Amino acid sequence: MTVTVLQKAPRRTRRPRGARRTAVGWLFLAPFTVVFLVYTAIPTVAALGFSLTDLRGADLRHPFAVDFTGLDNYLRLFQDQSFLRDILNTAVFVAVGVPLTMGIGLALALALNSGIRRLRGVFRTVFFAPVVTNVVAVALIWQYAFNAGGTVNKTLGAVGFAGPNWLDDPNLTMPVVILLGVWRNFGIAMVLFLAGLQAIPQNVYEAASLDGAGRWRQLRHITLPLLRPTTLMVSVLLTVFYLQVFDEPYLLTNGGPLGSTESVALYTYHQFGAGEFGMSSAASFVTLVLVMLVSAVQFRLLRPRT
Amino acid sequence: MTALAALENADMTTDRIAVRRRSVSRPLLYGALVLCALLTMLPFVWVISGSLRSLDEIRSDPGAWVPQHLTFDNFERLFTTEGFGRFLVNSVVVAVMVVAGNIVAASAAGYALAKLDFAGRRIAFAAVMGAMMMPLTSVFVTQFVITVDLGLADTLTGVALPSVALPLSVFIMRQYAMSIPDELLEAARIDGAGEFRIFFGIFLPLAGPAVATITIMSFLSSWNNFLWPLIVAQSMSSYTLPVGLAATSQATAHVTDYGLLLAGAIVVMLPVLVLFLFLQRYFVQGVAGTGMR
Repeated sequence: MTVTVLQKAPRRTRRPRGARRTAVGWLFLAPFTVVFLVYTAIPTVAALGFSLTDLRGADLRHPFAVDFTGLDNYLRLFQDQSFLRDILNTAVFVAVGVPLTMGIGLALALALNSGIRRLRGVFRTVFFAPVVTNVVAVALIWQYAFNAGGTVNKTLGAVGFAGPNWLDDPNLTMPVVILLGVWRNFGIAMVLFLAGLQAIPQNVYEAASLDGAGRWRQLRHITLPLLRPTTLMVSVLLTVFYLQVFDEPYLLTNGGPLGSTESVALYTYHQFGAGEFGMSSAASFVTLVLVMLVSAVQFRLLRPRT
Repeated sequence: MTALAALENADMTTDRIAVRRRSVSRPLLYGALVLCALLTMLPFVWVISGSLRSLDEIRSDPGAWVPQHLTFDNFERLFTTEGFGRFLVNSVVVAVMVVAGNIVAASAAGYALAKLDFAGRRIAFAAVMGAMMMPLTSVFVTQFVITVDLGLADTLTGVALPSVALPLSVFIMRQYAMSIPDELLEAARIDGAGEFRIFFGIFLPLAGPAVATITIMSFLSSWNNFLWPLIVAQSMSSYTLPVGLAATSQATAHVTDYGLLLAGAIVVMLPVLVLFLFLQRYFVQGVAGTGMR
């Protein structure tokens, strides 16, 4: 998922594209192309194929035992209550996680871009640090802090609240899982928004000030409209991230309790773990289609208007 | 914000502007930022404090903020009984393969996509963009089957191979190469230099910043990668640190040995955080330039 506005390769003066030029070009591309074919192109086509069969893990040694089953896997998928629940869970993750991540990222970017100088670098470092943390490590910290007798509840207890059992209550697990995702991702939103803010020319604000527009009106009528391309890009980017959410729920709750945090990607993984490669591939293709739809929307919206 | 500074030193009209620009009170803004920074740092406080507490202490008072008796026993156990030395070596080996592969593959591919004119270039670039969008969760089953077929299941090569030519790296190098003037390369071409001489002799020496960004980004992605090594590595001998940590967590679930696990969390996170503190610019550029981690 990329977001940089694409620079077009400059059209050079036409020159015969000899066989030699082609050979040289593809020689440079060879290492990437081989890895791309083996690990992206072929797997994608094969996944589509797998999803139309009853391939199981045990069949890997007996390829002829595999039967073509058409759309059976997809029909089973959409009749599977737990898959439908997982689509809903993933939608909740996106619907809550994306605005929350963006809101925090935007607020911090605005604060850091408001002309403060002292400690600005320190703040940026602190807010970006979660982005480079390891999700396995952070999930363990979350378990330590949010377990029934953990630091969070002890602190709540100290001010008179009886803390709930965060990781065992199906109503509370999702917020805790989302919080983990948001903590690890708001720094990305922040630096993207900072870059967007810095691209807005200062003289627009000077003109607005001369016209008597206060801070709030400047934000509403100048900053946010001019930031729209960035906002759009960050929202699509995070949507694609969160549509594929796997690490956070897998590590924190393994989808439980009662499937309350199982995402589509986690369903895919659980089917894979159960040896149901055909079903797993079908479920993964549903994710792929969703991601491609969102990406297609992104390319439409981000294409520079000419 | 030099514009603001200039405004504040200017005449009366602009004085009013300066006042307006400051209408959000500075102390309030700093107060809010400090509060946010403290909240953001909380997990780091928890992990450091928890990793220095003994098993008994955590059992008797799981929620204490600070250790009563500092102990480094947890770190010692990681390496003596839990096999973290091996995981650490594995993670380093995989990261070296991934970074080296990315530097080679992405420099060559990025250069060709930006600076060479040949049949199929547009298709190749479309492949790079497509691969960047491909969710791993959609292809891991077939990638795993291919890895088994190649005889690379449960090997470090099998863990590293899908990441040795990340499309993100190619994209970073391609964008960088676009900024290098054609004239530089044309001049050498006119002097009769071959394409490979131009690439090694002229382009690569100029590509330092892009190589640095690629190194950082591919190291980060390799070090923190979890789902793929989880699938490929099936025995402790090929676990990377994150997989080893997750496995340790599952193996000790019945005792909830948080001190040990948090010490492991520090071992996993520390190398990247230290690198980040020193090379922050490249991390931020890499993420801000591509929107990816």
